[in-house]
This record gives sequence, C-alpha cells and structure tokens, in this order.
Amino acid sequence: MTELEFKEKMEKLEEIIKDHRHQDGPLMPVLHETQELFGYIPEDAQKRIALGLNVPMAEIYGVATFYSRFTLKPRGKYTISICLGTACYVRNAQAIIEKFQDELKVEPGATSEDGIFTLEATRCLGCCGLAPVAMIGEDVYGKLVPEDVPGIIKKYRD
Amino acid sequence: MEMYRSHVMICRGTGCTSSNSEQIVKNFEEEIKKHGIENEITVERTGCFGLCALGPIVIIYPEASFYSLVKPEDVEEIVKEHLVKGRVVKRLLYAESVDGDTIKSINDVEFYKKQYRIALKNCGVINPEDIDEYIAFDGYKALEKVLTSMKPEEVVDTIKRSGLRGRGGGGFSTGMKWDFTAKAAGDKKYVLCNADEGDPGAFMDRSVLEGDPHSVIEAMAIAGYAVGSNQGYIYCRAEYPIAVKRMTIAIMQAREYGLLGKNILGTGYEFDLEIRLGAGAFVCGEETALIASIEGERGMPRPRPPFPAIKGLFGKPTLLNNVETYANICQIILNGAEWFASMGTEKSKGTKVFALGGKINNTGLVEIPMGTTMREIVFEIGGGIPEGKKFKAAQTGGPSGGCIPAEHLDVPIDYDNLIALGSMMGSGGLIVMDEDNCMVDIARFFLDFTDDESCGKCTPCREGTKRMLEILEKIAEGKGEMSDIDKLENLAKNIKASALCGLGQTAPNPVLSTLKYFKDEYVAHIKDKKCPAGVCTALLNYIVIDEKCKSCGICAKQCPVNAISGQKGVPYLIDTEKCIKCGACLSKCPFKAIYKG
Ligand SMILES: Cc1cc2nc3c(=O)[nH]c(=O)nc-3n(C[C@H](O)[C@H](O)[C@H](O)COP(=O)(O)O)c2cc1C
Ligand code: FES
Repeated sequence: MTELEFKEKMEKLEEIIKDHRHQDGPLMPVLHETQELFGYIPEDAQKRIALGLNVPMAEIYGVATFYSRFTLKPRGKYTISICLGTACYVRNAQAIIEKFQDELKVEPGATSEDGIFTLEATRCLGCCGLAPVAMIGEDVYGKLVPEDVPGIIKKYRD
Repeated sequence: MEMYRSHVMICRGTGCTSSNSEQIVKNFEEEIKKHGIENEITVERTGCFGLCALGPIVIIYPEASFYSLVKPEDVEEIVKEHLVKGRVVKRLLYAESVDGDTIKSINDVEFYKKQYRIALKNCGVINPEDIDEYIAFDGYKALEKVLTSMKPEEVVDTIKRSGLRGRGGGGFSTGMKWDFTAKAAGDKKYVLCNADEGDPGAFMDRSVLEGDPHSVIEAMAIAGYAVGSNQGYIYCRAEYPIAVKRMTIAIMQAREYGLLGKNILGTGYEFDLEIRLGAGAFVCGEETALIASIEGERGMPRPRPPFPAIKGLFGKPTLLNNVETYANICQIILNGAEWFASMGTEKSKGTKVFALGGKINNTGLVEIPMGTTMREIVFEIGGGIPEGKKFKAAQTGGPSGGCIPAEHLDVPIDYDNLIALGSMMGSGGLIVMDEDNCMVDIARFFLDFTDDESCGKCTPCREGTKRMLEILEKIAEGKGEMSDIDKLENLAKNIKASALCGLGQTAPNPVLSTLKYFKDEYVAHIKDKKCPAGVCTALLNYIVIDEKCKSCGICAKQCPVNAISGQKGVPYLIDTEKCIKCGACLSKCPFKAIYKG
C-alpha cells in the first residue's frame, strides 16, 4: 500500500465511523469494515476509531486481538483457510495443511515471503459434507487430497 | 406465479457451489434457450438438499428425478433427453434411485425415506433469494395468524405446549424462555438469533440461513410479538459469507413487503432486524458472550444469573434462540402444538437435524424424528461406513459432547438419552469414526480445541484444559503413565464443577467419554506404547516388508534423515531410532513394501 493509498483509506474510515457512530454497539461492525478496507487493522486506524467512537484505545486493542478474524499485521493477498474442524480432522485434514505448509514454506498463521498467501487453520467452514475442506477468499475446495494442493496454489499465483 | 411443465432445482448451497453448481445453472439456462423451451421450464437456484457428499445435485420435478454428481458437460444431455424428449438419463441419476427399470423419486430413496422435514422443509425446495416463493409455500402465514388472531400469551402458550426445546445445545424449553422474557419488566426488549454455529462438524444452521432465510425472519418477528420486542439481531459467524448475503437480501425483501418495519401487515406491530457478524471466536456462541460481542466487547461470558431474559443485551430483557429452534416456530403456529408434540419421545418432541460427517458414506444433513436410533441414522440413512471399515464410535455434541460406541447404537436418540450415555445433543454434529481413528487422538483434538478457544476469564478452564491437553499429548507420545488416567479424571471433575460457563463445564466430556468406552486404547498407548489405530505418529514404526522389497533404493533417497540403508539384492532396513516418521518412504515406495504399525 502506498502512502497515498493509505491516506485515501483513512479518509474512507471517516465515513465508516460516521455511518456507525449512532448505532447501538458500533465497535464490531466498524472493526469488520476496517479489516476489510485495509486488510488488517493498522494502529493509526485504531487511534482514529478510539477518537470517533469515544472508546479507550486499550479497549479497541483488546477487542481486536480477542477475535481471530481481526489482524494487526497486513495479510497476504489471499488467505488460505484450512479447516481443522472435527469432520475434516477425522478425514485427515492434517495432511492437507502440511502439504500447503510444504509448498508455500510458511507456518499456519504466517504470510508467504512474496506476500501473496497467508496460511491459516480455521474451525469448521460448514462444508463438513465435503471434508477435508479449504477456503480461499470465498472459494471453497472440498474432498481434498494432498495432490490437489500444488494446482490450487498455482491458480491463485498466476 | 407462472406455470411451467418442469422445474429444474439446482443446489446453490455452499457444498454444491464449491463443486461448480453455478456453471451448471448457466448451462441449463443456455441449453433450455437453445431448444426454445424457456417458457415451459424454469431453472431454480435452491438451498441445500442435504446429501452433500453427492453434489452437485439437480432435481427435476414433477418426476422428482434425482441427478447426483452432475458435471457442467452433462447438462446438454439432460436437457436434450429429459426435458425435451421426456426420457430420464438413467446413467446420471443417483445410483440408489435406479432399481432395474423403475426409477424412484427422491422421496423414496433410503437417505430421505426416514427423514421428516420441519426445520429444513423449504431447503432445496424454494429459491431463497425470492420472497414470493417463500410466500407461495405458506410463508408469512404464521406471522399473519399470530398478529391477527392470537394474543401474545397465546403464542407463548402454544410454543410451551409444543414441547419444543432449544436446538442450540442446552435443550432448554423454548416456551419457558419466551415466557420469562415476556414477563420481564422493561420498556425495551431484544430478540436475538444465535447463528454462530460453533460446533466444528455442524452445519444445519448454515443450511437454514442459506436455504430458507425467511423462516428465521418470520419466526423472530413472531417471537418479538410474543415477548414484546421490536428489535432483533442475528449474530452470524463471519465464516458464512453466502448465508450473510442471503439473509441480507431476505431482510430487504421482507421490509419492502411490509413484513418487517413499522406497522407490519397493517396491524400496528413494529419489528426490525439487523445482522451482526462474529469474528472467529467459538466462545461467542455462548449466550452471554454473544451479547457482549454485539455490545462491542471481547466475547467473554458473564456470570448468570442474571439471565438474559431479565438482563441481556444493553442491559435489557433479551430472548435468545438458535437458528434451528426458530426454523420450527412457523410450522408449530400453523399446524398446532399438538401436531408437533405428537412426534418424538416423551421429553424430546419434534425432529432434530443432524450433520453427518466423518467416516460415513452419505455425508450431509438429515432431519429425523427424535427417538430414531443411532443405528438407523448411521447405517440406513447414512449408508454405513466407507470401504467396508468397522464402525467405532459416533461423536455428538462437538467439543462439549462425547462418543457413542457400537454397543449403544440402538438407543433412541433424544436429549436425555444422550446425556445418560455421557454425550449430549449439542447442536447436532454427528461425526462417525471408524477403526482407523484413535480415540486418544480424538480426545486430544477436542482438548486442543477448547484450550485454544477458552476465553481465559476463569482459571479452571484456562489452566485446567491446558493441563489436560498436556497429559493427553504425553500419552499420545508414548510417555504416559497409568496414574495419568486418574489425573485426567480428577481434573475433569474439578473443571466441570468450577468453570464459569458452558465451555469449561463441558470441555472434559470428550475425555471422560473416551475413557469410559475406550479405556483399552489409553492403556495400549501407556503400557504397550502402541496406537492400535495407527494414528499417533510417535508410536508408529515404519517397517519394510522383506518379501515385497525389490531393493530399488527409492525409499533411501527419499528419507530426509538417512535412516534407511541397504544394497542391491537384499531388502532395505529402516533404523527406527533415526526415523522421524515423516512417511515419505511409504508414499514413494512403488511396490507398497513399507507399512506403518
Ligand atoms: C461454549 C458454548 C458455545 C455455544 N455455541 C453455540 C452455537 O454456536 N450456537 C447456538 O445456537 N448455541 C450455542 N451455545 C448455546 C447458547 O449458549 C444458548 O444456550 C443457545 O443459543 C440458546 O438457544 P436455544 O435455546 O434455541 O438452543 C453455546 C454454548 C456454549 C457454552
Ligand atoms: S469440519 Fe471442516 S467444514 Fe466442517
């Protein structure tokens, strides 16, 4: 993100805050939209939200770190979520996440060096009928075997 | 609505969508146009049919022909043969629906025959993005009936008499909850829907939200009338983007039709809804944590009492029910409490949706009357275990539940029987395990889950689950001692008794139930240093089968730690001391001459 882009996004954040300021319980919706806007929740944004919603900075930090979908660091362009829910686990999801780890050379929770992929283990994606399952953006991949992994990565890398 | 001679229903639930059902919809539309029959045939995008294992699924009415595993390139043939010439394409039908020359309709195949659909009534039947279709299937009739002919007390009374119990886990009487909230003093009250669906392995709430969102909206409006509230929130997990989208569309359509908002159906009743998103915290499924999260705080449970019915969201009386609970409401209002109470067992009325997953042929969603046995679910509806493997256990209740072994397969399933067996209904996740699943590993899996998801507020849960996890890891690594079993039982007892919320109070259940039914597996790990199912890596040895080994040397090249040695003409040897059990040799051996055990 260039400095200019960042500035533009900070201006958009003003609108987000304005939209939600008078709602009951505005913090979660604002954090969701901030996460979507920047791809993470930058410190500057936290400060702005604190001011705009009149919530202490410490509380914002507490909330942002409590929920696993909010991140304080930038993510890759694509987040690859591997389901480690029960249905997927008993169908050997472990082998799928290991294959992604091998191919991308990243640990779960980390972002690949080229900044394209963030690998993540999640709980049930609600497609247990197709276990084991992975989700990239809004695309769901089911009935995975480790051999599928290189092809899937390639699709996004190109 | 216009009349068509055939209806093509294509599943656009998450499962089938991931296997390209949108392309199938497009191909159908194109092919139908090509044959000039677009005025005779309609293509509908529906919610989930339940049999996700065989998706994408296409059902063609009026015959109710059941096409499974449909590929985009199959569409041309189906249109040309079935829709134009009236000849069903047998080759592409769900195999079980073809019986010699007769073709069974979807309702007669084993998977659906024993099901009875109330909560899932419209899933797979209507287009969830079109309110008119919902209305055509008696939609919003229950709301109209309630607003025009029933007093709030009568609504509460009907729900009470139906015997409906909460489908979100606890199984508390829904009517009682409505009664408490209705009687609570307060000018402002809230109605919440718990769509956080945290049990990893359950996805019925997702299916209802995606396949029949209006049934939840209508039920919440009815609940609002019954308890005296005019504002509702649906708290949905962010992992369900399609559900959120469909629900958003449905709310907008309901507002346009005057079914949400001010002066609903001209009766002066006001009710509106908002969606709030979770952010990936399991504990937010717990009611007080969910409330904290909507308020914009960390999702930490609060001590009860006060119960939400008295002091809930923003400190006001609040009614909170699960998605599936709401999905039953309209049918109860329309068909009567007695109708609903006539199904099920003495204390568990109606039906329950189960999500079948794991080692079972027909993975997917099934809705069965309470009192159906586990054997019927697993072996008849579920089609048994794949590859002829042996059934070991069915896990219900997710991280709060337990395992049901083969000897209890014939127990009728209801809230109380499951608890007596050391498990619980939970939200209806049902994961089948076969002989290849290790029960120590499963217990470790669940404790890893609860340890990770514990919010950290109370010590028994925060520290206790961690200690239990450490002991289980020790056992799985072959370093356990017999005294560890007592330690586990002791910790379990104490955590259950002292944790603040349901998460901690039920976290030890997976351990206790596996210890109860599969103690021999724990003993095998501890005493014999063996994992009978062959799962716990540290206890496995990779061994070369001498007779099969052609001494090609590929395994030795693959081994990252040089643990394999040998020479031409003699079988290779794996040094188990050096071996790191990565499995590279086993997967690369062209002669299948290596096994683990
Ligand atoms: C740790 C924990 C997680 C829970 N997760 C869910 C959930 O995901 N969905 C749900 O409906 N209920 C969940 N519950 C149960 C809720 O607290 C609450 O009892 C339920 O939503 C009430 O609705 P019902 O009476 O219609 O079942 C959970 C409870 C606990 C203790
Ligand atoms: S357990 Fe993986 S999608 Fe449900």
